Amino acid sequence: MLFLIIKRILLGLITLFIVSLITFVGTEILPGDACTTYLERQAFGEQLEACYRRLGLNVPAYERYVSWAVNAIQGDFGYSLSGEMPIKEVLGPRIKNSLVLASAAIFIGIPIALILGIVTALWRDKLPDVAISTVTIFAMTIPEFISATLLILIIAIWLEWLPGIVIVPTDVSFLELLPNIILPVIAIAMIMTAHMARMVRSSVIQVMASEYVQMAILKGVPYWKMVFKHVLPNALLPAINVVALTIAWLLGGVVVTEVVFNYPGLGRLVIESISNRDLPTVQALAIILASIYVSINLLADLMTLMLNPRLKTLQIRK
Amino acid sequence: MTEIIQKVKNLSIGFKSKKGEEILILRNITTNIKKGETVGIVGESGSGKSTLALAMMGYVKHGLYTIGGECEFNSSNLLKMKNRDLEKIRGRKIAMIPQNAGQALTPNLKIGYQIDEALQLHSDLKEEEREQKISELLNKVRLPSPETIALRYPHELSGGQQQRVAVAMALAGTPDLLLLDEPTTGLDVTTQAHVLELLNFIAKDTGTSMVYVSHDLGAIAQVSDRIIVMYSGEIVLEGPSRDILKKPIHPYTYGLLKSIPKLSLAGLPQSMPGSQPQPGTMHRGCSFFDRCNFSEEKCKNNSPQLEYLEELKTSVRCFNYKSLMNDSQVNQTVNKIKTSLQDKEILNLSEVSISYAKQKLLDQVLNRISDDNPTVKDININIKKGETIALVGESGSGKSTILKSIAGLLRTKGGIIKFDQDRNLSSDLKERDPNDLRIIQLIFQNPDESLNPNHTVEEIIAQPLKLYFGLKGEELKKNIIDLLQKVRLGEFYMSRYPRQLSGGEKQRVAVARAFAAKPDIILCDEVTSALDVSVQAAVLNLLQQLKEDFGTTYIFVSHDLAVVRAISDRVAVLYQGRLCEVGPSKDVYQFPSHPYTEVLLGAVLEPDPDIKPKLVAEDIVEEKPPQKGCSFQGRCSRILGDICKNEVPPWQITNSGNSIRCHIPLKELQKDQIN
Repeated sequence: MLFLIIKRILLGLITLFIVSLITFVGTEILPGDACTTYLERQAFGEQLEACYRRLGLNVPAYERYVSWAVNAIQGDFGYSLSGEMPIKEVLGPRIKNSLVLASAAIFIGIPIALILGIVTALWRDKLPDVAISTVTIFAMTIPEFISATLLILIIAIWLEWLPGIVIVPTDVSFLELLPNIILPVIAIAMIMTAHMARMVRSSVIQVMASEYVQMAILKGVPYWKMVFKHVLPNALLPAINVVALTIAWLLGGVVVTEVVFNYPGLGRLVIESISNRDLPTVQALAIILASIYVSINLLADLMTLMLNPRLKTLQIRK
Repeated sequence: MTEIIQKVKNLSIGFKSKKGEEILILRNITTNIKKGETVGIVGESGSGKSTLALAMMGYVKHGLYTIGGECEFNSSNLLKMKNRDLEKIRGRKIAMIPQNAGQALTPNLKIGYQIDEALQLHSDLKEEEREQKISELLNKVRLPSPETIALRYPHELSGGQQQRVAVAMALAGTPDLLLLDEPTTGLDVTTQAHVLELLNFIAKDTGTSMVYVSHDLGAIAQVSDRIIVMYSGEIVLEGPSRDILKKPIHPYTYGLLKSIPKLSLAGLPQSMPGSQPQPGTMHRGCSFFDRCNFSEEKCKNNSPQLEYLEELKTSVRCFNYKSLMNDSQVNQTVNKIKTSLQDKEILNLSEVSISYAKQKLLDQVLNRISDDNPTVKDININIKKGETIALVGESGSGKSTILKSIAGLLRTKGGIIKFDQDRNLSSDLKERDPNDLRIIQLIFQNPDESLNPNHTVEEIIAQPLKLYFGLKGEELKKNIIDLLQKVRLGEFYMSRYPRQLSGGEKQRVAVARAFAAKPDIILCDEVTSALDVSVQAAVLNLLQQLKEDFGTTYIFVSHDLAVVRAISDRVAVLYQGRLCEVGPSKDVYQFPSHPYTEVLLGAVLEPDPDIKPKLVAEDIVEEKPPQKGCSFQGRCSRILGDICKNEVPPWQITNSGNSIRCHIPLKELQKDQIN
């Protein structure tokens, strides 16, 4: 078991290394560099040389990669070009904001998704299922930029209940941020919940049709006890991985929603830094997003392993 | 008259087809289950036997509904009862033992909990009492060390153990009626015999009534007092089990019994034409009319009623049963098989060993397999041209593994497989040239999985013809039609998809595909196991006919020893991937000499209440072959001592040409046979 965890962590680290290498090579191949972007028309002669020296771009690429990697491990991603701020400081509040958005969506969305999925499965083909399924399929098919725009139109503009777009500084406190995130959270949670509810539904239906559930019924196990003891633990196991991917997707910045609502999260930072050709930031973002994906998937796999008796004993025996 | 426990009255269950037609799975079933009796319900797949058993618990599967009639238990109709009331009956008054315990036990709950759940629901015992009861129940079903078993998860037990747990779970509520849905199907022969013996013991011990549902007349014969034969959703014959098995007066039962291969008789059983009609096929007359040898004009348009014959205590649904009453001794007539054995060696396996061990990195680099205790070891077999050799053994004996290696699907670890004395086939598929691939063809167990569902029959059979012979156009078509005729399928089958065929027809297509390559050797991996008995006989006869026509060599793998007896010239008995005995079928079956062969053959169930299985060895499951000594040492009842544990037994050859691998001297092995 321990061996397996170590192996998985090592694999994750290798993935991160490859990602960092690819982004580094990518940024190297692209024409132009930080100094030419920064100096624009003055990018020649003495000034360019000085800039190269200042940013340390005058050494060979592999040396730069090594020093970049060593610093990145310590959390230092160098300087952002726009405003010459340390990237660490740019990222910090953005990550916090994205976390707030993501966790709000998760805490609201996942329980609702589970309940909807289970209800639709247990009342399969009856009225609750037909009604909820219609709504979820509808919610799944509307792209988020449309639902987000509609939300702004109805709730912010017509009803004037909540602010339509986020116009607060990036490093605002949590309480001030709160009223601003309600609409983005609804927009994200809708599509996410719909997807997950469908997944849970089909998984529960599959387990309900299994022989061991039929056996539990024939054993005289009361309905709800059967659902909670025999059905749900087995049906929700495969959902863990989907939930993990959704969380990673949320943390990685829901780009479209953030842009529509002008939300100061990671997703918007990605867009901004790409359009500003802020290569060091793009590099840092790539590594951070990759580590989020890798670590959340690792966690999900380990959880599945812990909860599935079949896999658990298999590993211990070996 | 004894008390009646359950009354089934005019029960019809069915479903609505897409066109809105009512399609019946069960048609007007009426029968009674009496207190303390064991009733066997026998029928082929699709006869409605499982639906009937489930209805007896008031359970109708999703998609089906009750059209009419009732299942009365304690004078209330289970099919109209509320779920809350059913919960008090299910598990407490009527309990079910499922077909596949491996899938019927909830995977995330420990064995102990699942039994405890039944006890909590159906008894007033306190916690400590329940704990003790769990141990008692596990003991009763003869599971070793109940305390540790209770703490295990279902997947940690073997198939036989899982089935026993299911029995223990059913007994937890001390039910008045036990329903058993194919409880031993899918188990090894020896395990099956042990489980049946346990069920018989429990029936006597507790006085519970049992309803035993199975397609296997052999198993039914061992347990039941009364037999109900079902065909196409109807009861066609019902009566005391001895009469039904010895003097069946319904043509279907008569044909069915004749189509079952028997251990004591070499040669192929007679087959029944056709197959059971699909549910919903409209018929005015008798549902068995198409396949019946005794039918008359009136059977075509009038359906016979179930008629009770007082003197035989039997109900029969046939106009013509009288003609069977006089001459219905199931004295089996068999089609003797012609051996087309030639003196030429076609395939030679020498010192073959096969390992499933995962290659370590170093081994991959050096391209070797290091495993000192491989799954299959020391296989030496000489196969002659035109021979049918059968590999038999329980699951895990390595019989399918050997087939895979011959086919090239699995690399051998060591030893040589030689074709036609000079061509080396030890390599796997990628390294063989097309002709080496052509000469060996495989037919798989399950045609549902081995035929591509998106290809028509024409495309399926065309593939080998195009691949090996480059046939095109008219010539290709002519060849396909030829092959279809050889397997007794008409030209119009060409445009059909596998899903439009019955199980037997699909297997015929698979046979045609194998023969399309004009192979020298055909590997048959459990080819009849997925088929109904009446269809099995037809496929066996077909294989035999084709072999005589083409002079093909068969390597036949089966767990069904009676089928092997029927078709094979020679048998090789395997245990844990090691050979135990090789010899002509006649001798192996008549004088089983190796202790394991004795165990295997003793456990075979015959559809005859007078032949009881002999249980010689325990049905322990060994996960790995022993490191040294005889492979069978763990279960052998005649173990001599240290010599069996340390030394691999030598080959001994009998007068009749059997090779036996055992430390016990031949004379003693044979002496015991006579007793």
